[in-house]
Amino acid sequence: MKVPLSWLREYVDVPPTVTVAELVDRLTLAGLEVAGVRVYGVEIPEGVRVKPEDRGPVWAPDKVITARVVKVEKHPDADKLKLVTVEYGAAQPKVMVTGAPNIKIGDSGQEVILGLAGTQYFDGHVSPKQVKELKPAKIRGVPSDAMVMSEFELGISDEHEGIIILEPDAPVGTPYAELAGDVVLEIDVLPNMARCLGMLGVAREAAAIVGAKVKAPSAGVEAKGKPIEGRVTVSIADPKLSARYTAMLIEGITVGPAPGWMQRRLRYAGMRPINNVVDVTNYVMLEWGQPLHAFDLDKLLKRSKGKPPAITVRPAKPGEVLVTLDGQKRELSPENLVIADEAGAVALAGVMGGADTEVSAETKNVLLESASFDFVSIRRTMRQFNLPSEASARFSRGIDPEIVKPAAERAAELMRQCAGGTVASGIVDCYPAPRPPREITLKLAAVRKLLGTDLPALDVVRILQGLKYEMEQTQGETLKVTAPVNRLDIQEGAADVIEDLARVYGYDKLPSRLKVGELPEQKGNRPLALEEKVRDILTECGLQEVITYSLTTPEREAPLQLPPAEYVKLLNPITSERAVMRQSVLAGVLEAAARNLKHTPEVRLFEVGPVYLPHKGEKLPVEPVRLAVVMTGRRRPEFWQGEQGKGENLDFFDLKGVIEALCADLHLPDVRFGKGSAAYLHPGKAAELLVGGKSAGTFGEMHPKVAEAFDLAGKAVLAAELDLAVMLAAVPERFHSVPVPAFPPALRDVAVVVDEDVPAEKVLAEIRAAGGELLTGAQLFDLYKGESIPAGKKSLAYALTYQAFDRTLTDKDVEQAHKKIENRLKHVLKAQLRAP
Amino acid sequence: MSDLAALEQRALGELQHSADEAALRSWHSRYLGDKGEVTALFKKIGTIPPAEKKTFGQQANKVKESLTQAYEQALAREKERALQRSLAEEKLDVTLPGRPVPRGRLHVSRQLLREVTGIFADMGFQVYRSREVEDDLTNFELLNMPPHHPARDMWDTFHTTTPGVLLRTHTSPGQIHVMRETAPRPVRVILPGMVYRYEQVTMRSELMFHQVEGLAIGEDVTMADLKGTIEALAHRLYGQDRKIRIRSSYFPFTEPSIEVDVSWPVVDEESERLTKGTGWLEIMGAGMVHPVVLRNGGYDPEKFSGFAFGMGIERIAMCKFGIQDIRQFWGNDLRFLGQF
Repeated sequence: MKVPLSWLREYVDVPPTVTVAELVDRLTLAGLEVAGVRVYGVEIPEGVRVKPEDRGPVWAPDKVITARVVKVEKHPDADKLKLVTVEYGAAQPKVMVTGAPNIKIGDSGQEVILGLAGTQYFDGHVSPKQVKELKPAKIRGVPSDAMVMSEFELGISDEHEGIIILEPDAPVGTPYAELAGDVVLEIDVLPNMARCLGMLGVAREAAAIVGAKVKAPSAGVEAKGKPIEGRVTVSIADPKLSARYTAMLIEGITVGPAPGWMQRRLRYAGMRPINNVVDVTNYVMLEWGQPLHAFDLDKLLKRSKGKPPAITVRPAKPGEVLVTLDGQKRELSPENLVIADEAGAVALAGVMGGADTEVSAETKNVLLESASFDFVSIRRTMRQFNLPSEASARFSRGIDPEIVKPAAERAAELMRQCAGGTVASGIVDCYPAPRPPREITLKLAAVRKLLGTDLPALDVVRILQGLKYEMEQTQGETLKVTAPVNRLDIQEGAADVIEDLARVYGYDKLPSRLKVGELPEQKGNRPLALEEKVRDILTECGLQEVITYSLTTPEREAPLQLPPAEYVKLLNPITSERAVMRQSVLAGVLEAAARNLKHTPEVRLFEVGPVYLPHKGEKLPVEPVRLAVVMTGRRRPEFWQGEQGKGENLDFFDLKGVIEALCADLHLPDVRFGKGSAAYLHPGKAAELLVGGKSAGTFGEMHPKVAEAFDLAGKAVLAAELDLAVMLAAVPERFHSVPVPAFPPALRDVAVVVDEDVPAEKVLAEIRAAGGELLTGAQLFDLYKGESIPAGKKSLAYALTYQAFDRTLTDKDVEQAHKKIENRLKHVLKAQLRAP
Repeated sequence: MSDLAALEQRALGELQHSADEAALRSWHSRYLGDKGEVTALFKKIGTIPPAEKKTFGQQANKVKESLTQAYEQALAREKERALQRSLAEEKLDVTLPGRPVPRGRLHVSRQLLREVTGIFADMGFQVYRSREVEDDLTNFELLNMPPHHPARDMWDTFHTTTPGVLLRTHTSPGQIHVMRETAPRPVRVILPGMVYRYEQVTMRSELMFHQVEGLAIGEDVTMADLKGTIEALAHRLYGQDRKIRIRSSYFPFTEPSIEVDVSWPVVDEESERLTKGTGWLEIMGAGMVHPVVLRNGGYDPEKFSGFAFGMGIERIAMCKFGIQDIRQFWGNDLRFLGQF
């Protein structure tokens, strides 16, 4: 909502002590956020921030002056230029050169804006536009030290074509800043402040804030015409769809331009002047927030063949057709509310008028509509036909039926004043179920309960009066207040009234405290805490956390060959790249890896996040949390010193090491690794993580073809996608620590040659089984195949640690235990011992 | 001069000319080693006449002691010299880069989430998580936004192909879940999580981002508590010297509704842009829980009151670190993530 301050001041006396900057601040704090301030021809008020694009030239009172054209002559030396002579109250008229297309040789009498030497103006010949100062010059040989100004040059609009021609009765010799200089506040109107889509609504807020009274525009209407009664009828099909509809007649008008002051206000408020009839409806809309529509009465009469038009507000009939003002043929349905006469629809209620009954230059008689419609219906229609407008913006937020009639009367009177004609006496007012006044009981205790403080009673009264609440004190601390008109936002209960009090009083003046009262029961959130633990462990392992889009496409996940499941699919994706909710976290991490590999030789990434899977029999999906890990590229970062580690790429065991560390730090009991199978993994390099016998997911080296599909061809790509629920469910509530041994350990190695397909896990299990309590550590330190080892065999070498907690082991103790292990390996695994 | 004295003189002389540790050691084996000349003296002690034996033995011992001592001193000196030499020679260019350590980090959003949840945990707020794919009822209707309510325009919504199912536009539906689980006991929770908006992805807008929502309900929870809580957050997150400013605002699920600005010194172009030159930066929306929402959550609004607030985590990160392009968050470029 653009609010010219000159217009606002007509309804509220802002005391001179309140500066514009202060008003801007206080409106903003009270919920009318001033998003911008635009200045027309005046200095920027002190302390007010104006964006560079909202600044313009200042119209000096002694230089930018209204003037009347005396004569327009041909330029002696240029076809397109003219010499204009104007009078402007000075002793001598002024002659200057102009190229303006909208005055012609021989013209006289137009009122224009004269800029004398030294005038600031926008130069339209440079981009971006710049403020310049008018200097005397010779134009094609004719000296010229003044100019007739255009809207562009004065910084009013981007209108280049032609100079401003003022209304005929404008004063001559008046500083233009006095006539049209203004400061316009651009207010972002919150959804519950639809009342501020009218100057009167803003005025009420400003009045309450600065402690002034609102001066409503005069309500009188001079209606001396033939009574309207019997000449128009109005009916409403369903009061739920239209609470009130009024009609007035203004007859014998002359369509022409609206008065200059009205045009200027409309323009500053962001609307284009059209003609006096349309401008009056727009003006009253901006004043009251009530959109109005003018029908050409004679066109209505033609449709009804001379009978009194019978206006109905009703849902459209299926397939009913209406050609709207913009010339579009619209096919309607009962979802759409229309204004109709007996011959059919004449307007799309609240959204757009019909072409057939439109006011034109020839219109003599007008039927003026003022109405309140169901905002939901208007919203739907507005959206369906994509017809946002100033009127539908207001209707779609709801109009209080109580303002329908005063706005109609205001418009009829202004039309009479601006377009001539006579207002028919009376009004057709169809208001089947008048809205009951909304009375609210306001207990000061409730104010205290919500705000945590008592507001001074005087302030309460001042604020509520300022906002036009009616109130009576019933007893002691209780007020009975009645909501002002056009406050459809006020719901049952006192909360809305208390909000009005708080915001106008000023939140900054309210107290603040950090409550030390009773804390709710403290429960913690174990699943979330454990997820964070997982993140900590993985970052300690040197992995970088990523967060990828939960929105993807089935195609992007397809290479992973996930078990088929219905996707959660968007009805209105904003891009085809983000059309469904993911079923794999891994796919996103792989994409992130591929992007990073373009500039980084190694990536180790993980993400912990939900996937979205169908939940049988439920509307909403399940959102289990998954852990995805992707590692690929060089094992060690590049370093200037030597060849160390160069060319060595991450492999399966780097990933497995991370997963082992994760399981160990989570203290998961019974962790086992088995041969895994997943379509996206290399068949020989895939493992399954088993926690407590349950599968927690697979990991391994990716199948080269799948890696290629993710743009990761070339190097081994290690990937895991694990089900965190399975892992975290197994995390013990507590675990026992083991004391550090006080006696020295004994170290022995053992190397065995076994069949190649004997899993390392099996060898280790036998070592542990035979080693018993004394064996506290068994670490594989070498795996060897090749020379000196028979084909089909492999050599495994282990470093064994023997340790007792109560004594130093003797050689004999150790020898015995070690022999036992060697024997077991020989017997059970048919292993050959080898000198380690 | 006796033979012994001559031997001692010769040995000491040679010792002096032993240039390095190897020469010293070879000198040692020549004189004091198993087959050394001094060792040999003791071996021939049997051939000495008995009367001279004692004297000879004493003198030989003296020579051995003197040479041993001289050797040890020379060796120590030589070791010290060698050490000094190597200390003098082993010079690093300390300006060469250090060996890179493979680092793992949390995503910058996670770091901020943890910071914020940590601050609230200190104030007794517990973390509550709720679903991201929601129904219209919980995301809008129960939050005082019936179908076609104009306020729904404030959230551009992703709908799914299942009617009435959408991607939550804010973490507020979590308020309903937590209230229904907790009523009529008091509540003090924060609800962090991902929310979704039907928006073009640009430098300034993303289709998903993290929000942290807070909710406190009790028999004596007032606007003053909300102010105090927000001030505490602003001080810890942005600095003790920061002030907050409260503007009236509108959310359907709170009444009164406010927006909170934190003072933000305008020192450069970036802060100028962030605050539009006002010196205030908008950090969150908040308000007192609307009676309708309290009732929908199972609380009697006559008896209970509550406050709620919500803020965007990535926005906080952008302000804190001067991040200009919101797309970097889910771009996951290591060159970006590695900075935090």
